[in-house]
Amino acid sequence: MRLSLLAAAGGFYLAAAGLFLTLGARGDWGFILAFRGEKLLALTVVAAAVAVSTIVFQTITGNRILTPAIMGFDALYVLIQSVLVLTFGGAGFAALQGTPLFALETLIMIGVATLLFGLMLRRSADLHRLVLTGIVLGILLRSLNALVARLIDPSEYSYVIANSYARFSSIDSDLLWITTGVTVAVAGLILTMARRLDVIALGRDSAMVLGVEHRRAAQGLMVLVTLLVAVSTALVGPIVFFGLLVSAIAHQLAGTWRHATLLPLAALIAAGLLVLCQALFERVLQLQSTVTVVIEGVGGLVFILLLFRRARA
Amino acid sequence: MIGCQELNYSTGGKRILDRVSASAPSGAITALVGPNGAGKSTLLAMLGRMLVPDSGMIRLGGENAAALARAAFARRVTTLRQATRITPRLTVRDLVGFGRYPHNPGHLTAADRKIVDACLQDLALSDLAERHLDTLSGGQQQRALIAMALAQETEVLLLDEPLNNLDLTHARRVMQLLAQRSRSGRTVVTVLHDLTIAARFADHVIAVKDGQVLNEGPPATVFTPEVLSQLYDAQVEVHLIDGKPVILPI
Repeated sequence: MRLSLLAAAGGFYLAAAGLFLTLGARGDWGFILAFRGEKLLALTVVAAAVAVSTIVFQTITGNRILTPAIMGFDALYVLIQSVLVLTFGGAGFAALQGTPLFALETLIMIGVATLLFGLMLRRSADLHRLVLTGIVLGILLRSLNALVARLIDPSEYSYVIANSYARFSSIDSDLLWITTGVTVAVAGLILTMARRLDVIALGRDSAMVLGVEHRRAAQGLMVLVTLLVAVSTALVGPIVFFGLLVSAIAHQLAGTWRHATLLPLAALIAAGLLVLCQALFERVLQLQSTVTVVIEGVGGLVFILLLFRRARA
Repeated sequence: MIGCQELNYSTGGKRILDRVSASAPSGAITALVGPNGAGKSTLLAMLGRMLVPDSGMIRLGGENAAALARAAFARRVTTLRQATRITPRLTVRDLVGFGRYPHNPGHLTAADRKIVDACLQDLALSDLAERHLDTLSGGQQQRALIAMALAQETEVLLLDEPLNNLDLTHARRVMQLLAQRSRSGRTVVTVLHDLTIAARFADHVIAVKDGQVLNEGPPATVFTPEVLSQLYDAQVEVHLIDGKPVILPI
């Protein structure tokens, strides 16, 4: 059951990847495969990071509605970026571009996120309040970002704008290797904790009875989630509803609570979906920017559906 | 043996526990009794380290419980809290299997499976083992949670109103199982509201009122009309039927 499900999802991903690599390709294959291969890797890394971070976040908080993205984790990353542009100026910011900038932003983000979300999660055992504060916090971070953007010199604003919207067609390839490394390491680490995540999913009380130091485990996992969000945001910018979409599909298909199945399944589905969408939109429909719109649109619908279902239950 | 010394706990500006010292002996069932809001559940949760007291100490055997790592503690003490809600869609067997997690954080061994099967059978859940928890009645869910606690095979069992939602057959079955566990040397501490059941099964009673221990001792000394009337601020009668006490509110 578990293996056939994972094999099916793996097949889906491979088919999507094959389509992405070969569709409409003309000319030198060596060049095409190298060029598209890099993009394929980036999309896969982003999808895996979003999927794993969302599932883990939802397990810690014991909900299926709120995700790191809806709560504004990635808005926080963009905000940090904007503040850096504001303080260092465009030239200073450009000098940091690449790995040092990524490292700096990620470090700041882990600090701020631990503080902010740790406080919030400790206070609200009530799911509805958690979802509400999460959404409000997301709006706050996005509005702050808009405010900082207005304070920045218009000519330097271009550095911010490039990072404030999701973009799948132009991926920051400087960061590809470090982000791939971070994602593989973090996702691998999380996968070794699959059984512990199963226990955490039972809720705080039951996890503690079974010997899991719940608060410390949740804090540690939250740092890992933050790292993954930093990866995906650094590569393609903020995508709000993709994680939600993927986690909803994975939970539905998996029909199990076991994270050993859930995590790889969600990552494969996410990567397959993202690569397939990109292949179809970029190559078949010749539309560059609409992937984000479609993913956010469908994800948004799922969000509303989940809210309604929860309200009725 | 599990016990506490000088436990204090306040929350929301209200004193919940006030210098509570009590002790539950090994090889016995200890009943925690008292009116609603007396602090029984808080006391039980603190013994199980689910809540941290403002001051005071929990003793497990001769050790300071707070000094034990939580994983090691979970191999020795289990807690069943009131109104435990399990959100993931688990089968009964999966849930009971989680009871083995402290001993085997990886996968269940054959020995673990045997223990799970035995606990399922003990609580008459064998036929329901593959059912999802959310399709069960309240009483069946409660039995599944008790089976999970038993599967943990700890030397100390802390149970907060384990008989909630249970019909009289299953309530008696659960009490017999606890008695059997206590006879094999384990320490059982349970909050009970049915005083007749408490009088029948308990070897030791801790009566709590307004966050303080009002009385502690064998059932014969605690379950008297005087002590109970004072405990509940209401007239309580104790009758003997076939030589066994039956406690009636009048």
